[in-house]
Amino acid sequence: MSELIDLTLAEARDALKAKTISAVDLTKAHVKAMEEARALNAYVLETPDQALAMAKASDDKLARGDAGPLEGLPLGIKDLYATDGVRTTACSKILDGFVPRYESTVTSQLWRDGAVMLGKLNNDEFAMGSSNETSAMGPVVSPWAPPNWDKARLATALKGDKKGLLVPGGSSGGSSAAVAARLCLGATATDTGGSIRQPAAFTGTVGIKPTYGRCSRWGIVAFASSLDQAGPIARTVRDNAILLRSMAGHDPKDTTSVDRAVPDYEAAVGRSVKGMTIGIPKEYRVDGMSAEIEALWQKGIGFLRDAGAKIVDVSLPHTKYALPAYYIVAPAEASSNLARYDGVRYGLRVDGKDIAEMYENTRAAGFGKEVRRRIMIGTYVLSAGYYDAYYVRAQKIRTLIRQDFETVYHAGVDAILTPATPSPAFGIGEMGSADPVEMYLNDIFTVTVNMAGLPGLALPAGTSDQGLPLGLQLIGRPFDEEALFALGEVIEQAAGSFAPAEKWWV
Amino acid sequence: MSVDQATVRRIAHLARIRVTEDEVPHLQGELNAILDFVAQLDEVSVEGVEPMTSVTPMQMKKRVDVVNDGFMADKVTANAPAADDHFFTVPKVVE
Repeated sequence: MSELIDLTLAEARDALKAKTISAVDLTKAHVKAMEEARALNAYVLETPDQALAMAKASDDKLARGDAGPLEGLPLGIKDLYATDGVRTTACSKILDGFVPRYESTVTSQLWRDGAVMLGKLNNDEFAMGSSNETSAMGPVVSPWAPPNWDKARLATALKGDKKGLLVPGGSSGGSSAAVAARLCLGATATDTGGSIRQPAAFTGTVGIKPTYGRCSRWGIVAFASSLDQAGPIARTVRDNAILLRSMAGHDPKDTTSVDRAVPDYEAAVGRSVKGMTIGIPKEYRVDGMSAEIEALWQKGIGFLRDAGAKIVDVSLPHTKYALPAYYIVAPAEASSNLARYDGVRYGLRVDGKDIAEMYENTRAAGFGKEVRRRIMIGTYVLSAGYYDAYYVRAQKIRTLIRQDFETVYHAGVDAILTPATPSPAFGIGEMGSADPVEMYLNDIFTVTVNMAGLPGLALPAGTSDQGLPLGLQLIGRPFDEEALFALGEVIEQAAGSFAPAEKWWV
Repeated sequence: MSVDQATVRRIAHLARIRVTEDEVPHLQGELNAILDFVAQLDEVSVEGVEPMTSVTPMQMKKRVDVVNDGFMADKVTANAPAADDHFFTVPKVVE
């Protein structure tokens, strides 16, 4: 049944409609792939019984002719999304055993439209990380093998400490690895500073962070509420467009969700980009940028120019301040959001001699190192005497970052093209152990987009000298995800698709 | 700005996270590395700039001030580490 997992989401949808395949067979093929790939640790919870029941219901609906837009399509769900009756932990010990009694708005819309849930996907703890190494459930292994490793070395590392195998990016590392390894047709993900786009770039998959407010945040474990957005990761631009249409939409339960019609994003895939103006920001040509990233960028520029787009140089002068400002805003909001984990209402409790000690013991035992570090930074920058110097200043710089983009868009630029990451994927255990900032630099090209609330699409456009996937990023005007799908399709058609050479993990 | 060890202990207490004495020097180093990194923001002129308060400019929606949810105490307390008859139970707060 391996050919069933090789279908794209759009191909599977069309085959189900044409009744050349069944939802049950499609789901069974994915359940088998998921079980065979346990060593990658992409799924933290498998729900095969639920998946088969949902698939059976989908086959009935398809037979009756009242199928939804995602009818019978098996998806993986990032463990940040609350799923009714299915364990949801944000991959943190502090939510150990938490079983929500409610469903996140985004996933409820996926089930409304007929999708099938395969299980919950690994992520960095509370989505704080760029490599999936902060997960309390252990790291995820990328299905891309490190260059020049032979089968024996891969097998030994996969059974052992996993050091040196490649990270799938983070925080949506389970999502990107599962999509790249064909353990689902698509996955939900979330992006606060790059957590959809950087994992997509590391695994040769496609991911979009929509405009802030496009998807409801209700029922998604909160990290930094003014930056968090839900979005999909899938294998193609078209698959992203299909998924986003179901995920997006107004929700009265999230006051920051926007009451605005959801377009048929798929209709934008294949639309001409002739005459569109694409900005190339000079500030993204950072010091020490590798020649292969520069070459990839030029290649992308060439693809869009060949399709009739006009290429212009633009300036986004406050780009370099986005990442430091983010490391004030995001921890500040996280320290506030994560105050709810106190051992009283849900999750872990570690007793103490009084209630204050119970809180302190619970939070020390329940939060991992990176989460503790960010809560402490957030607590510090919000504390008396430092609030104006850090938090208010960072929010002012955020205004300047958004104004940079507004100026460029007002001048007639339709979208901006940049690299997605400063490098290809690195190895497990190789980065950020001495200095946390080293890891943070992964998000240097993506974080500006969250700070300004804009949509950003990452997609593969080539490989490194050593054969690992490299991604480009398209940044759009607010609520113009359609432009990104149209432009992304042009790059995808020109660059082709990128998949790991063989299933070495089976 | 950088933090000393007393400040690290104070922040940990404010954040309600217990830290052991041997963790303090390490945490101090990490927090200062992050604070060093964000210090470059000081070179930006923010004179007359409004801080961002709404990411997507929009009118806040208001709902009618009525009870429209509730009556689900079972669900609310289902995940509690300690609950008794639909109440969360905690160590004694008032002596």
